[in-house]
Amino acid sequence: MVHRPVFRNRLLPYLLVLPQVAISVIFFFWPAAASLRYAVMRASPFGDRLFYVGLANFERLFTSAQYHRSLVTTLVFSLGVTVLGMLIALGLAVLANQKIRGLPAYRTALLWPYGIAPVVAGIIWLFLAHPAYGVLTYYLRAATGLSFNWLVDGRIALGLVIVASVWARLGYNIAFFLAGLQQIPQTLLEAATVDGASALQRFWHVTRPLLSPITLFLLVTNTTFSLFETFGVIDAITRGGPGGATETLVYKAYKDGFIALDVGSSGAQSVVLMVLAIILTALQFRFGERRVTY
Amino acid sequence: MWRPRSFLLAGLILILASLQPAWGQAPVPVIFWHGMGGHLGTVVQALVTQFNESQSAYRVEAIYKGSYDEVVTAAIAAYRAQDPPHLVQVYEVGTQTMLMSGAIYPVYQLMSDHGYQVDWESFVAPVLSYYSKDGNLYSMPFNSSTPILYYNKDAFAQAGLDPEQPPATWDEVEAFSRQIMERDAASCGFTIQWPSWTMIENMRAWHGLPIATQENGFAGLDVELLINDEFGRMHVGKLAEWAKSGIFQYGGRGGSSDPLFLNGQCAIFIASSAAMGTIRQAASFNWATAMLPHWGEPYEKVNSIIGGASLWVLKGARNPDAYAGVAAFLHFLTQPEQQAFWHKETGYIAISNPANELLEREGHFEANPDQRTAWAQLTYSPPTPHTRGLRLGNFIQIRDVIEEELENIFAGTKTAEQGLDDAVARANRLLRDFADLYR
Repeated sequence: MVHRPVFRNRLLPYLLVLPQVAISVIFFFWPAAASLRYAVMRASPFGDRLFYVGLANFERLFTSAQYHRSLVTTLVFSLGVTVLGMLIALGLAVLANQKIRGLPAYRTALLWPYGIAPVVAGIIWLFLAHPAYGVLTYYLRAATGLSFNWLVDGRIALGLVIVASVWARLGYNIAFFLAGLQQIPQTLLEAATVDGASALQRFWHVTRPLLSPITLFLLVTNTTFSLFETFGVIDAITRGGPGGATETLVYKAYKDGFIALDVGSSGAQSVVLMVLAIILTALQFRFGERRVTY
Repeated sequence: MWRPRSFLLAGLILILASLQPAWGQAPVPVIFWHGMGGHLGTVVQALVTQFNESQSAYRVEAIYKGSYDEVVTAAIAAYRAQDPPHLVQVYEVGTQTMLMSGAIYPVYQLMSDHGYQVDWESFVAPVLSYYSKDGNLYSMPFNSSTPILYYNKDAFAQAGLDPEQPPATWDEVEAFSRQIMERDAASCGFTIQWPSWTMIENMRAWHGLPIATQENGFAGLDVELLINDEFGRMHVGKLAEWAKSGIFQYGGRGGSSDPLFLNGQCAIFIASSAAMGTIRQAASFNWATAMLPHWGEPYEKVNSIIGGASLWVLKGARNPDAYAGVAAFLHFLTQPEQQAFWHKETGYIAISNPANELLEREGHFEANPDQRTAWAQLTYSPPTPHTRGLRLGNFIQIRDVIEEELENIFAGTKTAEQGLDDAVARANRLLRDFADLYR
């Protein structure tokens, strides 16, 4: 007979899951339902005027040049943050996985940025790279003669928020890659060495496949991070500017909802974001799983 | 030993102690939310403390709620939860939203309901008009400023220019800038704050031109923006040309261009009169102020318009007795002494003529001629229907749209004509949306 743990009290199990359910309902389902409701409304800021407009908010979004632009910006930004962030982190993690003197110090230093909130990371980069008083811009200007004025040039601004976001996320990625690297059995690598595999071959044929579960995990979390949690970085450095060049979908939804007080459009944008996040995660698990060796 | 009686006694004393203020006439709390941080917040608190100490019937509780947009969001949330503050500070771009909200208790009505005879005629005209509807004041002007010109006298002297002769026209701004850059007195000629406010809204008013139809929105809701006319294309086109040649350096929105002037990179700065506090504190060179540059003939020269924020009284607060306290507090704030104090401490203009006359009598303007510039410019001539202010629905978004398109123009990705046309098309759509809400 299979032993099944059973609660004597019928209420107890419900009571035990209650806090989690309550949190989900209050902080997720309720706001999500409110977004859905406002997505089909046009409302005045004080809520004294409220009209049902059907799908007009969505229609307007999808025909708006600004929204298309924001979509492209988000794509470039997310791709940049995820790919660049993971590549740099993997490289640094491999280096930090070697047997060298002073390793704990290096590792601590590498993990450090993770302790910093995205907004603070944004402020640090703002001070480093400001066209008028940034140290970094000062030396770059001295070395290249170019002005690096991202207050005017949108491409530089986008590059800057990507770099700042990558940096803010670096510690997290390194920590996971490092943990993944350390789980790879030494015996496999030694066997490969005996078989005459070079360092690069060992990485490609042994380390890479064994690292794939971690890589998939990081791909999902980094994409989500770049889509939703980089708000602080953008808000601190460019506020979506110049000329809307760094206005990602999340930043636009925030700006339209909380600054412009257009809850209808902001609600519709949140719904689009929600759908996007669900599709992305589902896709990654669906197609990512096949390439993952557990 | 456990003695229930002493516990009971202690409990009773505690309860009575907490009720204690009810024995004496407890002052009625008046809740006031504002967005003034740092030094400005200290000055606001100083005014509130003065008021609280001047009488015993009311106690104003000033609460800093974060940035301007955070204050508005918080006030809206509180109003919808039926527990709004009595008084809330809202930035000028939110004026039409507040006016149409149905959530407000108009200031002129509040004052007359509570027996205050206010001489509205004594207010500085463009300040009063910005927040008035059909001749009645709806919100109390609080921190009002207007853009003026600041210039670095040391850089002028170094470039061989007369440091007592600021540029009065845009042609002079251009010529002086060139000379300053050629003589290496600074690396750029001029920079600006608040791009839409200084370069579009105020430049048009200063030249007597309308910003929008329907008397800038004062006469009705079916409004369209007019900023892409010949003057608009000419002025913005010049700015784009100067941005390209480096005479003008764009330093971002709001006050983010301050460092460009403060660290001596740009010799001329078109900025809010309220930036004076920062400049006085941080500039390590000699500077002075002047009125905004003008394009000269054939344009007329009228008055500039204000920006900043005003105080709105919200309906439906839980303690209606406090409204009398709100009226008393607003009355207190408009007195010449308080206005003079506010002006000296913050650089915002004193909103009534008697307050400015007091400053004149005290010799304040003579000792600080730079602080007179804003008042002189606002009262340069009586406001016309084009220069009373701006009354646009969705103005927060419209200013954002204008600044976005200006940035595209300054970066050279759009021509002045394209950018302004796009700004007008996008803004008109926002204006129509707003009109639709209130049809």
